[in-house]
Amino acid sequence: MQAALLGRKIGMTQVYDDAGAIHPVTVVQAGPCYVTQLKTGRPDGYDAVQIGFEPARPQRASKPIIGHAKKSGTRAMRCYREIRLNQPETDLQMGAELTVAMFEDVSWVDVIGTTKGKGFAGVIKRHHFHGMPASHGCERKHRAPGSISSHGNGRGGSGGPKKGKKMAGHMGDVRCSSRNHKLMSVDVENHLLLIKGSVPGANGGLVLVRTSKTKREAKK
Amino acid sequence: MTMDLMKKAVASSMKAKTPNFDVGDTVDVAVRIIEGEKERIQVFNGIVIARKGSGIRETFTVRRIVAGEGVERVFPLHSPHVSDVKVVRTAHTRRAKLYFLRQRTGKATVLREKKKKTGKTTKQPATVDRKSETAVK
Repeated sequence: MQAALLGRKIGMTQVYDDAGAIHPVTVVQAGPCYVTQLKTGRPDGYDAVQIGFEPARPQRASKPIIGHAKKSGTRAMRCYREIRLNQPETDLQMGAELTVAMFEDVSWVDVIGTTKGKGFAGVIKRHHFHGMPASHGCERKHRAPGSISSHGNGRGGSGGPKKGKKMAGHMGDVRCSSRNHKLMSVDVENHLLLIKGSVPGANGGLVLVRTSKTKREAKK
Repeated sequence: MTMDLMKKAVASSMKAKTPNFDVGDTVDVAVRIIEGEKERIQVFNGIVIARKGSGIRETFTVRRIVAGEGVERVFPLHSPHVSDVKVVRTAHTRRAKLYFLRQRTGKATVLREKKKKTGKTTKQPATVDRKSETAVK
């Protein structure tokens, strides 16, 4: 199984490398996660490992979750995620503990999280529109999107804005994958990963860290 | 809890012992300079006019006059490039940031020297041992 863990974003700081250069890093406390289900081609149609993170208080877990956890001999968890595999997993046992130690030979990672919610945002903030002039006779529409359509828009005149027209609306609070971050260091004792650069979401947010899907190179 | 984790995360990147100096001190900062294969030490002498930040992000600003022109350098305290900070002279200051020195020239930039403590001779250690400090707490 490629290294993959659920974790919580702790915050950003910086570290020095051997040459004395400063690198901005995000600290993620990842794992320990537990294998809660092994999916295989025969009954499920695809191969995957389900991992659980952060044991839930018994009174906060639902009966179906408790029952599901019982099968793997783990406690009910707060978060579950599936990791797709290319071939069936043979090494892992149900209930096995996964820690950041699995990242020790990994040099590049992808981080998947939920971005910070920005609320109802205008087009300048949401789609990087340029807005309109501050002067030269421009009145009351400095941050407006401009024309969104005309009656004759589309061949034969559809009489309305095109589908997918960029407009103001809710921004953020969506799943976001941030790819190919260098993994600076792994702290097995404290379950910490130091990932170069910023990762999606607020401090304390849930993130999935996995071996980079596109970048494979020798460590450092 | 999260702050503890942040500290633990960068603990290996921080210096175990940091040089002990204050704002107002005249210091010799030994800077490691790597030129290709060779490595040499360059000394930057001046007055510490500010210390900023905390933990691994802490920096200090050293000001000196070079050929009649004020030059300031900002050093990250925990950078491996800053190999040593030697205190040459200590001065009495009433504020944490000595930015007012930028407006002054000549004799006006000389700060009053710190009075030596009488009675008990409490000698300050040249470096602060962070590990033993935390152990006491």
